[in-house]
Amino acid sequence: MGLVLGETVEGSSADRGEGFRVLVREQLPRLYSLARRLVGDEAEDAVQDCLLKAYERFHQLQQAAAAPAWMTSILVNCCRDRGRANARRPREVDFDELERFSLYRKIAYEDPFPYSDSLHLDFLAEFGPEDLRAVLLQLPPLYRIPLVLVYMDGYLAKEVANMLDAPVGTVLARLHRGRKLFERQLWDYAEENGLLREASR
Amino acid sequence: MISCAEATRQLWEYLDATIDVAARDAIEAHLARCRRCCGELEFAKELRRFLASSARDEAPDDVLRRMDQTLEELEP
Repeated sequence: MGLVLGETVEGSSADRGEGFRVLVREQLPRLYSLARRLVGDEAEDAVQDCLLKAYERFHQLQQAAAAPAWMTSILVNCCRDRGRANARRPREVDFDELERFSLYRKIAYEDPFPYSDSLHLDFLAEFGPEDLRAVLLQLPPLYRIPLVLVYMDGYLAKEVANMLDAPVGTVLARLHRGRKLFERQLWDYAEENGLLREASR
Repeated sequence: MISCAEATRQLWEYLDATIDVAARDAIEAHLARCRRCCGELEFAKELRRFLASSARDEAPDDVLRRMDQTLEELEP
């Protein structure tokens, strides 16, 4: 059944099965890539969850053109559910102290690369893709998911709010706290993993 | 004028344009007179670029094959 984006999703159950495959197959690389950012090594399982849920609810999809956003929303919720189920007890966080934390000032004060004339950029340059993923995965999913969706994948806060069925104000508050946690985690990770040694450069 | 703490607390919201006009004007008035907070602003922009430009993981062939198999096995 040559279902084309923009057509209405309808037809017999056999057609629907094939229609679902046509719509979803081309999105698998994108969905996997997003899931890697959201749940790391559980990405494949999250996408598998997403495929089964999406197929169950395929009748709810009105327009084929809406399929990418619809699949993304289902995937994000599958990732959130996995994050909830596997969440480790979060480290105690003093949010007042966190609010006062500034990575910019911390780098300037600690001056990890005394011979650098672009200290802050050199700090960020120490982080490879694996380091960044590790930092993000150390954040509680409550904060990690909006942070990834908005600042790495370019969604608007209101789109994320729709995906998560949460008020926009809640998403904005989580983004604020998530950014602060991210900044502090960047510093802690750099310290714990030897990225601040001049010799590592 | 708002304090440095108040200005830096809202820098990302300022860049995201998710604050109201009065808050935006207060931050801009502060930035016009505070060099350190301009440094904070530039670093916030760098951090955003750092996140936005990070490489995507491509799905390995075996993972794509397994996901494709799941699709094929869905009951009509």
